[in-house]
Amino acid sequence: MKKILVLSLLAVFGVYLLEVLFKIDFGHQFFLHGVKDFYLTTSPDKMGVANVVTAIVVNFRGFDTLGEVTVLFLATTAMSSILYKGRHQLGERAVLFSSSRIVMTGSKLLFPAIILLGAYVFIHGHLTPGGGFQGGVIIATGFLLMLLSYEDYKVSHVALSLVESLAGITFASVGLLGFLNGGTFLQNFLPTGGLNNLISGGVIPIIYIAVGFKVGAELTGLIYTALNEKD
Amino acid sequence: MIIYIILLLFLLLLMIGTAIYSIVQRDLLYAVIGTGVISLILSILFLFLQAPDVALTEAAIGVALTTIVFIITIRNTVRFEEEPKRPSKPASK
Repeated sequence: MKKILVLSLLAVFGVYLLEVLFKIDFGHQFFLHGVKDFYLTTSPDKMGVANVVTAIVVNFRGFDTLGEVTVLFLATTAMSSILYKGRHQLGERAVLFSSSRIVMTGSKLLFPAIILLGAYVFIHGHLTPGGGFQGGVIIATGFLLMLLSYEDYKVSHVALSLVESLAGITFASVGLLGFLNGGTFLQNFLPTGGLNNLISGGVIPIIYIAVGFKVGAELTGLIYTALNEKD
Repeated sequence: MIIYIILLLFLLLLMIGTAIYSIVQRDLLYAVIGTGVISLILSILFLFLQAPDVALTEAAIGVALTTIVFIITIRNTVRFEEEPKRPSKPASK
């Protein structure tokens, strides 16, 4: 009986999925009018931001982004406080697989390239796809590679928390500086510059660089704490 | 147009197949790698659907970070899933 119920539910779900897939043409503009026109015209013309997603995430919905960063910070803090058994007393590194010399050399060669890619992604967040969150996660992936290949690779917790706090303070103070021009929180107060230039978009590159550093430091600290968990 | 739909359906079927493999696999390490492959295919799908931002996020978080969190969990618990219908044994390290 239970299996029949599950199967019929799945069948209904599949029928609707196929219907949606076949009814709407690929790339069809389903919503013809609405708020998207405002975003699509305002962000390149008035704000000088080529990537509309970034314009929405950082400028139109900047307060939400600040909330997301806070949520990530709280989650990292909670996990670290659970995993820490004592202050600066970490257990043995989790050796998942002992790495060979080829893996170690390859990781050493790949590590700067991964960090460079992450920095590129968050510095060019207003020009190309990507942004602070993606770039930060890519940087954390690079540190994860080094932590997995080298058993004695150490990351300074003090430096990580310093970078994280400074980035958070930068984000919030850039938001507060929006008040100086008589505007609102996180309002743009810098000249927007030309479209498709690296220095354009006002405060958006500053905020995304801060978010990139913050996310990268948080996730690196999280991985380091989880790998060094004391049994 | 039709070639995109065929490719899309092929990737979707591949994703479903990988998901079924992850569920039936008793070696949990292989199952975790299967979930990583699901995220990889999903990021390709996002790229096809013209959402490169989401594709980047999915590739970085789904493939790398989620997988490593599950692998750390496997290290701290057990690697092989027990057979069903047997009395559960205490987890041995």
